[in-house]
Amino acid sequence: MRVAITSTGQSLESRLDQRFGRCAFFVIYDTETGGVEILPNPNKDAEEGAGPASVQLVASKEVQKIVSGEFGVKIKSLLDSLKIQMIVYKEKEKTVKSVIDMLNNQ
Amino acid sequence: MRIAVASGKGGTGKTFVATNLFNVLSRRGERVTLADCDAEAPDDMLFFSAEKVRETEVTHQVPVINKDACTWCGRCSRWCNYNAIFYLPNAKVIEVIENLCHGCGACSFACNSGAITEKPVVLGAVTTFSTDVGSRVVEARMKVNEMSPVRVIKAAIKESGDEGIVILDAPPGTSCPFIQTVDKADYVVLVTEPTPFGLSDLKQSVETLREMKKEPAVIINRADIGDGCVAEYLEKENIPLLAEIRYDPAVARIYSEGRLVTQEIPAMASLFEKLADHISEGYGTVGQNIRPTWKWR
Repeated sequence: MRVAITSTGQSLESRLDQRFGRCAFFVIYDTETGGVEILPNPNKDAEEGAGPASVQLVASKEVQKIVSGEFGVKIKSLLDSLKIQMIVYKEKEKTVKSVIDMLNNQ
Repeated sequence: MRIAVASGKGGTGKTFVATNLFNVLSRRGERVTLADCDAEAPDDMLFFSAEKVRETEVTHQVPVINKDACTWCGRCSRWCNYNAIFYLPNAKVIEVIENLCHGCGACSFACNSGAITEKPVVLGAVTTFSTDVGSRVVEARMKVNEMSPVRVIKAAIKESGDEGIVILDAPPGTSCPFIQTVDKADYVVLVTEPTPFGLSDLKQSVETLREMKKEPAVIINRADIGDGCVAEYLEKENIPLLAEIRYDPAVARIYSEGRLVTQEIPAMASLFEKLADHISEGYGTVGQNIRPTWKWR
């Protein structure tokens, strides 16, 4: 299963970005292969609609879960219809690596 | 001619000034319209008893995508500047996010396969009222859950016309709703308060207006609170100070009860009379009493 994790930087030591639509980077983690892909978020400074555009991006990577600090109201129904689970994790000191460890130990 | 009453900061007294100026001009028998352009929170009508003349819905056209005709080229989604078309070709998902749509029509234009038609969506309403002295109030009111009041404001300004004096009670801030309102004004009055917060937002408003090649004049409300920072700034920038209104709990009480100080406090009535004189002199459209023969549509 692939999971998108919002990240403040482009390494696994970077902290979890607390915003979904306007996060700095997306880390796409594959729980089966352990593979990691890091994508800069092109919607970071979007005037409007950063949330839906970011859903479009991570959904095109076929993720089934997203871990972030906060999700905006416009995307809930989109994520529901795409069967992508939102995981709200309001721990801004946690690194992406520690989120991956948690996913592995589920 | 149109006078916009605006301010960067909220709660400085835009509605207070607009409604009382309107009241004074109406009483004189001027042909005057008050347009409440704060479509997100219109409240001018709290101060008047008036009869509703008509109400018009404001709509814009949003796309409807026919998935059977769609070739999944993605052009509509790429052309949309507001991320309002959610497009996931692999999952065969294409969806319009209506409250992000600005109704610009770019997607319909972009579509080469005729998969996009349009439907109207209601954004709000413009209501015209006739007051007991024969003047008009035009109210812009946005629908709850809509994102941008701009089209509703535009429609209200259009409805208000430009005959006689039209007072535009502007929405707060310096973003699109403000710009849409002041853009149509011949004269902009900024209401501020003499505090660092008031000054900071005043500066933003002045800079925005100057960018639009407009020179505002200023009213300082609650002039005896705060400090001298605003007066200093006005002098430095050569901005005319139209009036200073002192803080008075009696004024606040009357206002908070939805009444007009120009009806109840002589000093306030004369202040607003002077303001009206100034506007008449400066803009020369006022002065003839035309009410007896004249009626709004």
